[in-house]
Amino acid sequence: MANIKVDGQLVEVPDYYTLMQAAEAAGAEIPRFCYHERLSVAGNCRMCLVEVKGGPPKPQASCAMGVKDLRPGPNGEPPEIFTNTPMVKKAREGVMEFLLINHPLDCPICDQGGECDLQDQAMAYGVDKNRFAENKRAVEDKYLGPLVKTSMNRCIHCTRCVRFTTEVAGITEMGLTGRGEDAEITSYLERALSSELQGNVIDLCPVGALTSKPYAFHARPWELVKTETIDVMDAVGSNIRVDSRGREVMRILPRVNEAINEEWISDKTRFIWDGLKSQRLDRPYVRSGGKLKPASWDEAFSAIAKAIKASGGGNRVGAIAGDLASVEDMYALKALMTSLGSGMTDSRPAMSGIDPSMPRSAYIFNPTIAGIEEADAILIVGANPRKEAALVNARIRKAWRAKSTPIAVIGDQADLTYDYEYLGNGFATLADLATGKGAFAEVLAKATKPLIIVGEGAVSHGAAKSKQIGRDTIALAARLATGANVAEGWNGFALLHNAAGRVGGLDIGFVPHNGGVCSADQIGLAGDGKLDVLFLLGADEYDMSAMGKAFVVYVGTHGDAGAHRADVILPSATYTEKSGTYVNTEGRVQMAERAVFPPGDAKEDWAIFRALSSVLARPLPFNSLSQLRAAIYAEFPHLGRIDQIAARSVDDVRKLAGATVKTKTATFASPVSDFYLTNPIARASATMGECAALQAGLRQAAE
Amino acid sequence: MLEDKDRIFTNLYGNGDWGLEGARARGGWVDTKKFIDNGRDWIVNEVKGSGLRGRGGAGFPTALKWTFMPKEGVNDGRPSQLLVNADESEPGTCKDREILRHDPHHLIEGCLLAGRAMGAHIAYVYIRGEFIRERQNFEAAVQQAYDARLIGKNNVHGWDFEIVVHHGAGAYICGEETALMESLEGKKGQPRLKPPFPAAMGVYGNPTTVNNVESIAVVPEILRRGGAWFAGIGRPNNTGTKLFMASGHVNRPAVFEDALGCTFEELIEKHCGGIRGGWDNLLAVIPGGASCPVVRGEDIRTAIMDFDGLREKKSSFGTGGMIVLDKSTDIIKAIWRIAAFFKHESCGQCTPCREGTGWMMRVMERMVQGRAQKREIDMLFEVTKQIEGHTICALGDAAAWPIQGLIRNFRDVIEARIDQYTWSSTSEGAVPSIAAE
Amino acid sequence: MSVRRLADEALQPATFAFTKENQAWAEKKMAEYPPGRQQSAVIPVLFRAQQQQGWVSRAAIETVARLLDMPYIRVLEVATFYTQFLLRPVGTVAHIQVCGTTPCMLRGAEDLRHVCERRINHEAFETNADGTLSWEEVECLGACVNAPLVMIGSDTYEDLTPESFEAILEEFAAGKGSSVKPGPQIVRQFAAAEGGQTTLLEKPTATRTYKPFPPPPAPADAPAAAPAPAAAPAAAKVEEAAPTKPGRKRGDVPEEAAPALKEPRLAPKASVEKAESERSKADAEAKADGKPNKAMRDDATGAESPAGKIDAGKAPGKPRGKKGSV
Repeated sequence: MANIKVDGQLVEVPDYYTLMQAAEAAGAEIPRFCYHERLSVAGNCRMCLVEVKGGPPKPQASCAMGVKDLRPGPNGEPPEIFTNTPMVKKAREGVMEFLLINHPLDCPICDQGGECDLQDQAMAYGVDKNRFAENKRAVEDKYLGPLVKTSMNRCIHCTRCVRFTTEVAGITEMGLTGRGEDAEITSYLERALSSELQGNVIDLCPVGALTSKPYAFHARPWELVKTETIDVMDAVGSNIRVDSRGREVMRILPRVNEAINEEWISDKTRFIWDGLKSQRLDRPYVRSGGKLKPASWDEAFSAIAKAIKASGGGNRVGAIAGDLASVEDMYALKALMTSLGSGMTDSRPAMSGIDPSMPRSAYIFNPTIAGIEEADAILIVGANPRKEAALVNARIRKAWRAKSTPIAVIGDQADLTYDYEYLGNGFATLADLATGKGAFAEVLAKATKPLIIVGEGAVSHGAAKSKQIGRDTIALAARLATGANVAEGWNGFALLHNAAGRVGGLDIGFVPHNGGVCSADQIGLAGDGKLDVLFLLGADEYDMSAMGKAFVVYVGTHGDAGAHRADVILPSATYTEKSGTYVNTEGRVQMAERAVFPPGDAKEDWAIFRALSSVLARPLPFNSLSQLRAAIYAEFPHLGRIDQIAARSVDDVRKLAGATVKTKTATFASPVSDFYLTNPIARASATMGECAALQAGLRQAAE
Repeated sequence: MLEDKDRIFTNLYGNGDWGLEGARARGGWVDTKKFIDNGRDWIVNEVKGSGLRGRGGAGFPTALKWTFMPKEGVNDGRPSQLLVNADESEPGTCKDREILRHDPHHLIEGCLLAGRAMGAHIAYVYIRGEFIRERQNFEAAVQQAYDARLIGKNNVHGWDFEIVVHHGAGAYICGEETALMESLEGKKGQPRLKPPFPAAMGVYGNPTTVNNVESIAVVPEILRRGGAWFAGIGRPNNTGTKLFMASGHVNRPAVFEDALGCTFEELIEKHCGGIRGGWDNLLAVIPGGASCPVVRGEDIRTAIMDFDGLREKKSSFGTGGMIVLDKSTDIIKAIWRIAAFFKHESCGQCTPCREGTGWMMRVMERMVQGRAQKREIDMLFEVTKQIEGHTICALGDAAAWPIQGLIRNFRDVIEARIDQYTWSSTSEGAVPSIAAE
Repeated sequence: MSVRRLADEALQPATFAFTKENQAWAEKKMAEYPPGRQQSAVIPVLFRAQQQQGWVSRAAIETVARLLDMPYIRVLEVATFYTQFLLRPVGTVAHIQVCGTTPCMLRGAEDLRHVCERRINHEAFETNADGTLSWEEVECLGACVNAPLVMIGSDTYEDLTPESFEAILEEFAAGKGSSVKPGPQIVRQFAAAEGGQTTLLEKPTATRTYKPFPPPPAPADAPAAAPAPAAAPAAAKVEEAAPTKPGRKRGDVPEEAAPALKEPRLAPKASVEKAESERSKADAEAKADGKPNKAMRDDATGAESPAGKIDAGKAPGKPRGKKGSV
C-alpha cells in the first residue's frame, strides 16, 4: 500500500494503482477518453492530466503514471497530486479545445448524442467559445462491415477500438494509419472486421465515430426504456440491457458482470434484435387439409385435446424443449406431461452422453468462467468456443495473454484467436492423453488447476446408439480434470453448452423418466407410429422429416423448422417478452425480465400450458408466475438463488472418472457451423443473415 | 578558439581515408583494449570528469545517463543495450552525417567503449532513412571492424560486442528516444509513455541507453586524451569541443568543430566568412536547430554559443545548428515553414500535438499574408502554451517554441503585416471575421 | 502531410516477389535481431521492396507481412507512417525529392521547386509526359550546410542553383543521370566552407597525450597531509586551466531525461498520527468554496491567461465505460 495526497486529502491505495485510480479512490473525478480499464494504457488523449507537486512544471497523464512512480517530499511526506488547480483546469480546457477544433460538432444528427463522452465532458470541462477560424478536417468514412457504422470526422484518435480488437477480440485488423493530423483509424483496406465481438467497439468509442449500423437513426437514448435482463443466444448468459420504445426492442447493450461477460457481449447478442420483429408467430395456427390456417386459441386447444384424447396419453405423448426455453416454460410443460402420464421429456440434443443419472457436476462448467483465468493448463475437447461461446473464448484469450496458459485442442482446428497445441480430432487422442501419453499430458499432469472444456460436440454424437461415446468422453475428461496434483477445491471439469435452456432443463429433470426416451428416440418412435403427439417447445434443431405421422404441437416464436412441421402452432414469447429463469453453462441461475410484450395473440409459454391443461381437464396447480415459481423453488431450491451457482462437488467428478470406457474411435467436431445462425431468432434476423453471408464469402475467398 | 591538435573529428571533411586504415593513422583504435580493461567505473569517471553533455539537444550529462543502467551482477538476466540515435532530422542539423560518412570509426569505437561503460554487449545504430550513402559507409566501416576483430565475438578487446545497423524511413519523430525504440521494434514511431524509462525498460523490454552519435563518437578521444583535457575546453558546465553547423544566410555555410564557449560572432567570422551583407544585415538566428526559439540578431552577436549562454538568451543550444536569417528574410514565413515541418512530422498520437500543430501552421499561414487579426497573435501564443508541456514527448514543445520565439521577438513584424494587409484589402479580400461561429 | 493511402487498385500489381538476392538479404537482416523480433526488420525490408519495385504496392506490403509474420494492418501502418515509402508509382527514371524546410528555403529551395513544377509537372507525385520524372517536396534531408539540395535515388545533389539543378534534371531526363557527380555542385569539399577549409589544415597525427585529472584539493581544516608527490606537476597546471565541475547539480537535471530519478524508491511511510493530523488539517482546508487554496501554485504553467469560470472540475456524470454506469 502507498500513501498519496489527492487535493489535500490523504488516501492509502495499493501501490500498483495509477494516479487516476488513486484520485478516484479519493473521490476526485478525472475525465478521460483513451483510458479504459480493460485495455492497455495509451495515454494519448491527454484529458486526464493532473498536477504533481514537486514534479516537473507540467501536468502529468494520470492514467499512465503509477503511484509508485512518484517521489515523496524531501522529508518523506507522501507524494501529492492535484486535480482542481488552475493548471489542471487550463490543461483540460486546452485539450478539450484541441479535441473539438476538428470535431464536426454534429451532435444533432449523431447517434451518440446524449450518451457521448465528448459531449458530456465538453459540457463539464470545456470552454464555451470557439477560437478556431480554419476549416475543419474532413475524413473519409471507412467500411468496417455490416455492424459498425463509421463517421470518421468525429474520431478523436483515442485508439480504444484498435486496442480492443487487437487485445480482447484477438483480431489484428484495425490500425491507425498515416500520421499527424491525417492519421486515420481503419481496418486493413477497409475490409469487414472478422470478429464476433466487434460490436463492442461501438460501446468503447467515446464519440460517435463508431456507431451501430442497424440502429442508425432509429432512436435517441433518452426516449428508450431500459430493461436489465439476460441474453439467451448462447449458454454464457451474458448480462444485457434491452432498450425498447413502445413494443419494439430498439437495441441491446451489455451490462457489467465480472463473473460472466465482464462488459462485452457477442455480436449475436447485440444485433439479434431485428430478428425479434420478423418471422414472428403472432397467432395460433391449425393444420387443415395439409395447410396451416390461422385459428383462435380455442380452436387450437381443442385440436390438441382431440389428438391427445385419440392417443390415449401416457408415453404416446412426448415433449422436446428447444435451446431457448426457460426453466418456467419447461417446468410447466413437464408438469403437463406428468399429468398426462408421460415421462417422454427431453431437452438434450440427439444422442447426448449426459445421462439423467449423472450428478450436476457432470453437466456444468464447474470452474466458472471467471475461473478460466486461474487455470494453469487448458484442454478443449470437441468445442469451438469462439463460435459456441464467444465470451468464454475471450476469457481464455485473456488468460493466455496474461499468463501464457498452455492450451491444447482436440477437435476442429479453428482460429481461436490464441495459440494452442493441436492434438487431433479423435477419441483416441483423448484416450491417449488420459493414459498420460504425449507432451501435453505431462503439462496437464503437472497442472494444479487443469481446465478441461468439453463441448457439446464431444458429448452428443447424433448417430444412433452413440450415447456411450459421450459418456466415455465425460469419463476421460473427468479423469484429466482430477489428476494427482490438482489443487484442493479446484474442479476443472467444464462442460460448455451452447444452448441457454439446457442446464435449466437438466436441473429440473426435463429428461426421460418413467419409461420415457430421449429426444432422438422420441422422434424415432414418432416415425414408427409409436408416438402420437409430440410437443416441440421452441425446438427447431431436430430432424423434422423423421416425425412420421405424429401430431406435432409447436410452441414457439418464429416461423422456423418446427413451425413448418407443426400441426398446431401456439405462438409464444421470446426472451425479451417474458420473465424467465435461465441457468447458464456454469450452473448460474439468472432471471431474464420482460422488456416488451409479445406481438399479437402470442402468450407466455407457461401460461399457454396452464391454459391447455384446463382444456385437457387436468388443470396445473398454479395460476400465476409467482405460484409457478414457488412450486419450482420448493422442488429445486437452488433455482431460487438468483446469480448463484449451487455448490458443486469435485468428488462427483472423481466418481465420473471411474467409469469404464468402452469407446474405441469417434471424431469430435463443433456443432456450431455458423455462428450467426444458431437459433430461430438469429435465422429471422436480416443483420445476422448479412453477417453469415459475409462470413461464408470470406471463408470462400480464403480457401 | 580551438587548435587543430585539439580537434576530435580529424576527417570531418573527408580529406583522408574514412576506413580503418585512415582511422588508425589518425589515432583511432589506439589503447582501446587498455580502456576496456580499466573497467566500467574508470570509463564512467573519465567521461563524468570531462563534463560531456549529450550532443543531441537536451544536454543531459552523458556519463550520468550511463549510470542509470543496471549494475553488473544485479541485473535480472535482461541484456543491457546501447541505442545510438543517428536519426538526425532536425532542420539546421547535419553533423552526424559527417561523422557517419567520414569518421565512422570514432562512432564504432565509441559504441564499444560506451557499451563497456554500461555493461552492454550490443549496440543498435539507428540511422535516418535518407542517409543512404552515409549508412553504406558506416556499414562498411562496421564490417571492417568485425573483420579486424575489433568488435564481434571474442574480439581483440576482450569485450564481446555486436553492432546492428538499422535505419528509418522518413520520420523526424523517431529522433525521440522512445519513438526510436518503437521504430526499431518495427512499429510506427510513436513515443512511449514514461515511466518506465528506457534505462529500466527500453528496446525489447531490456534496459537501454539512447545516446546521440556525437556524444558516443567523442568518447574514445576523451579517454585517450583524458577527461581533464576535454573539461579544460570551454566554460564550466559547458565543456569540450562541439560540431557546429551554420546554414542559411552566412557567406560560407559549413560544419566545423570548435570549442564551446566562443561567441556567435567569433564562430561565424572565423568559419563562415561572416553574415551575408555584413553584420548590420543580420535579422535573427535560430541557434540550435529548428525547434529552438529564434533570437534577434542584435542579441545573438555576442552570445556565447553553449548550453548556458543561449539559455540566457531565452533560447536553447540544441544541437549547435545555427540557422542564420538576414534582413531579406520573411521571418514569419521562415517560422511558418518550421511550423509546417512540425505539422508534417507530428506522429498523431496525442491530442495537443496532433491537432495543435496543424492549427498553428494554418494561423501562421494566414499571418504570412497578414490575413489575420491582431488578437490572433495572443491566441496563437496561448495555443502554443496549450501544447507545450501537455504532450507525451517533446515534439509538442519543439513545435511551440519557434512560434513563441517569433511572437516574443517579432510581434511588430506580424502586426505590421496585418496592418498592411488590412489597408490594402478590398471587398474581395476582406479580413475574415472569426465572430461567425 | 496529406492523407497517405495505397495507390488505386488499378495500378496495383497482382503479386510481388523479392528477387533471390533481396530475399536472401531480407532473411539475413531478420536474423540480425533477437529471436522472435524479426518484426524489427520491417522498415529495412520494406525499403528493399521499394528499391526493387520503385514504390510500395499492396502486394509488396502483404509479401513483407507474410515474410515477417506480421498482420497486414501493422505493415500498412508502417508504410503509411514513414514518408519515404512511396505508395504510388513515380517517375521511372528519377523521383526528385526537393528539400523545402527552412534552411533550404532560405537558400532558394522554392526556386528549385518552381523548376520541378515547370519542368516536370505542376503537381507533386505526378510524372512528366513520358513518365520518367516526378518530384515531391520533402522535409529536411539533413544536409543544411549544403542547402539547397535535392535527393534523387540514393544520392544527394547539393549547393544547387536553379540553373545547375535544371542541368541535372536534363541529364536525368536524357537517361544520363549516372554521369552527374553527387554531392556539392560547386567547388567545395563536402561540408567544409566554400573556398577552403577553416579547420583541419594540419595533417592529423596518431599521437595523443593523456591528461590526468588533478588530485582533489586538500580539505582546508585538515593538517596538510602528505601531498601526493606524483601529482605535483599536474597541480601546477590546475591554476591556469581551472577544471570544470563535472556534471550539473542534481536539481538542474531535466526531469524528462532523468530515468533513474523516477525509479520507485523506498518511501518512508507516514506515521498514523501524522497522517491523521494531516488528514484532518486537509479536511479543514478543503472547504469547497471554489477559491484557490495554497495547494494551487501561483507559478503553474498553462495558466497564463485568466481562467474562465471556476468549476472545481465537477462533471455532471461519470465518464462512460465505468462499472455500473452503462
